[in-house]
Amino acid sequence: MKYLDEFREKEPFKATLSKITSFPPQTISLMEVCGTHTVSISKSGLRSLLPSSIRLISGPGCPVCVTSLEDVDRVIMLAAEGRTHGTTIITTFGDMMRVPGSHSSLLKEKARGSDIRIVYSPMDALKLARDNPKKEVIFFAVGFETTSPTSAATILQAKKEETNNFSIISNNKLIPPAMEILLGDEHITIDGFICPGHVSAIIGTTPYQKIVDTYQKGCVISGFEPIDIILSTYWLILQKRDGTPKMEIEYSRVVHKEGNKKALKILNEAYEVSDAKWRGFGTIPNSGLVLKDEFAPYDATKKFDLPKPEISEPKGCRCDQVLKGIISPRECPLFANRCTPTEPVGACMVSSEGTCATYYKYEQ
Amino acid sequence: MEEHILLAHGNGGKLTSQLIETCFLPYFQDPLLNQLNDQAIFDIEGCHVAFTTDSFVVDPIFFPGGDIGKLAVYGTVNDLAVGGAIPLYLSVGFIIEENFPMEELKKISFSISTAAEEAQVRIVTADTKVVEKGACDKIFINTSGIGIVKKGVNFSGHNVCEGDKILLSGDIGDHGIAILSSRKGIEFETSVKSDCAPLNLLVNDFLSYANHIHAMRDPTRGGLGTILNEIAMQSGFGITIHEDCIPFKEEVGGFCELLGLDPLYLANEGKLVAFVHPDKAEEILSIMRENPLGKNACIIGEVTKESSKKVTMDTQVGGSRFIEMLVGEDLPRIC
Repeated sequence: MKYLDEFREKEPFKATLSKITSFPPQTISLMEVCGTHTVSISKSGLRSLLPSSIRLISGPGCPVCVTSLEDVDRVIMLAAEGRTHGTTIITTFGDMMRVPGSHSSLLKEKARGSDIRIVYSPMDALKLARDNPKKEVIFFAVGFETTSPTSAATILQAKKEETNNFSIISNNKLIPPAMEILLGDEHITIDGFICPGHVSAIIGTTPYQKIVDTYQKGCVISGFEPIDIILSTYWLILQKRDGTPKMEIEYSRVVHKEGNKKALKILNEAYEVSDAKWRGFGTIPNSGLVLKDEFAPYDATKKFDLPKPEISEPKGCRCDQVLKGIISPRECPLFANRCTPTEPVGACMVSSEGTCATYYKYEQ
Repeated sequence: MEEHILLAHGNGGKLTSQLIETCFLPYFQDPLLNQLNDQAIFDIEGCHVAFTTDSFVVDPIFFPGGDIGKLAVYGTVNDLAVGGAIPLYLSVGFIIEENFPMEELKKISFSISTAAEEAQVRIVTADTKVVEKGACDKIFINTSGIGIVKKGVNFSGHNVCEGDKILLSGDIGDHGIAILSSRKGIEFETSVKSDCAPLNLLVNDFLSYANHIHAMRDPTRGGLGTILNEIAMQSGFGITIHEDCIPFKEEVGGFCELLGLDPLYLANEGKLVAFVHPDKAEEILSIMRENPLGKNACIIGEVTKESSKKVTMDTQVGGSRFIEMLVGEDLPRIC
C-alpha cells in the first residue's frame, strides 16, 4: 500500500526498539498531546514493548475531551430549545454527540427529536444552512489548530456569500499553552513531549520554542505510524541522556518549520486568541480561539442569548486528572466498571481518541 | 432518567447485545433462543431443521455491488449456511413507504428472484404492508428462512475448543465501505463493491468436514471484531488473531485510514469465519480457496486456553492489544 506499507515495515521498527532497550535503564516520562498518537500507541501495543522505565503518558490530546462541561451543557440546552421551536439545526462532529453533559447528551436530545446533524466538515454545515434558509444552522466547533483553519475558512465563505442563517459556537483551542500549564504542575513529571503531527503541520515549530528554551524540555514532532513514534521516543531519550533538549521534526514528510502559512493566514483573518476554559485545567490564558468582532453575525455566542447552564460534575469521575496525565485511566475507580464506552461517565471515555476510551478498547 | 433506544442499539455491537439481554431474552425465555446463534436448530419429526429471520433497512437501497433485495435473500441464506444448514425456503415481508416508485419495487423484486435462484432457495410466502410517508424510509424488508441440517453437523460457539484455528473466507470490510461511500454526506469515489454473496455455495464445498468444524459465523454488522468477541464469550476461551494475517483490500485500508475507521468493525455480507480443529485447518483452507467466494481465505488466528474470554491481536510491530466489541457507531474521527 503506497505511503502506508512503507512505514509499517517491521525491521526499522525492531532496530529502533532494540537501540532503546539496550540503553542502561533510566526513568523517563514522555507525554503525547495528540489523541491520534494515543490511539496509535495503544493500537500497536507499543507500550507493552518498551522497558518499564520508559513511560508514555497521554495528555490533553482530544479536543472533544477538553471541551468544558459548561460548553457541552450549553449546546445540549440549545438543542433542546431548538426542538420546542423547530427553528435551529445543530451540527457537530460525530464524537461530540455522545459526550455526557450534566443531564443529557446531544445523542439523547437527537433521539428525543432535536434536529442535530453530524457533519464531517464545517463546510457541510454551511451547505446545510444554504439548503435550509428558514432555519438557523449552528456549528458546534471543537478542535485544535488542525481543525480550526477549516472553521475559519467556512466563516470567511459564509460572509462572502452572505449566508446569514449560519453561525458557530467556537470551542477551538490551542495546544502549546496547555503544555506550558502541565510543566508548571508539581503533580506531573514530564521529560519531553511527543508533539502532535497534524497540529504542527499548521503551526510549525515556533510555538514550542518556549518549552525548549524556558522549561528545558525536549520536543519532537512525530508522525502517527508506530515507527514514527518509536523514533521520536528514541530521539527524546537521546536528548534527555545528553542533556540537550531541543525541537526536532521527525514527521518531516509533512511538517515544515514555518507551518502552513496559508492556513495560518486564514485562521488569523477570522479568529483571535482568547482565554479558554478546558475540562480538567480550568481557564488557560490565551489558549482559545474566538471569532473577531467583524464576524459577530456568525458568532452564535453574540448572535443569540445562549443558555447559561448550571453544571453538575459526575461523581467520582477523574477525567480531569487523566487529561493532565496525573493518573492513567486504570487508576480511575470508575474505569471499565461504572464508566465504559457504552455508558460513559466522563468525556475521555467517549471520543474515539479519548484516553480512557483508547485504553479501554486496546489495553484494558 | 428514562432510557430510549439509540441508533447504536442496532449496530450489532455491544449495545445490541445489551438490548437483547435486557429487553428480549428475559421475556422470551427459550433455551434455543438463549444459545444466541445466528439460527435456531431443532427437530421436527426426526428431521433437523434450521430456522432464522432477518430484517433489512439498508440506506441507500441500491449500492455498489447490490441492493436491499439481494441483501435480504443472502442475509437469511447466510445465517442458515453458517449453522451448517442447507437453506431451502424463504419468506419475504415488505414494509413500503407511501409514494415509493413502483419501478424500483419491481427492480428489487427482480433482484430478490435472481438472488434466490443463485442461492438455490425458493421464496414461498410473502406479505406486504404500506405505511404513510415518513413512517418508514422507502422500503424495509424482512426475510425468514428454513433449511435442513444434515446428521453430524453441529456448529455452535459453545463447541469451540482450545487450539482451534480460525479461518476467514476473504477480504473484510467491502460491504461497509461500499455502503459508506454511497451514503449522502460522504460521497467518496471508490471501486469497492459490496461482497454480498450466498455463503451456502461456499459452505457446501467443505461440509463433509463438519466433524472438524466447531463453529461458523458470518461477520455482518459489528464486523469481525464483534463476532470474535461473541465466540469468546460463548466458548469461554480466549482468542488471538494476527494483524499481519487479516486480509482487506488496499482501498478499504485507505478509506479506513482517512476516516479513522477500523476494518475489524466494518460490515461484511459474504464472508464467514470458521473455528476448526487444527489438524484439518489447512485442508479446509485449501478447499475454501478453490471456491471464488473463498479465494482470499486465510487462517487469521487461534483459540487460546486462557479463560479470559478476551480477544487479543498480535500487532504488526510485535506488540499485543485487545479487541473489543464494536461500541457505539463507528464514526469518523474529527482531527
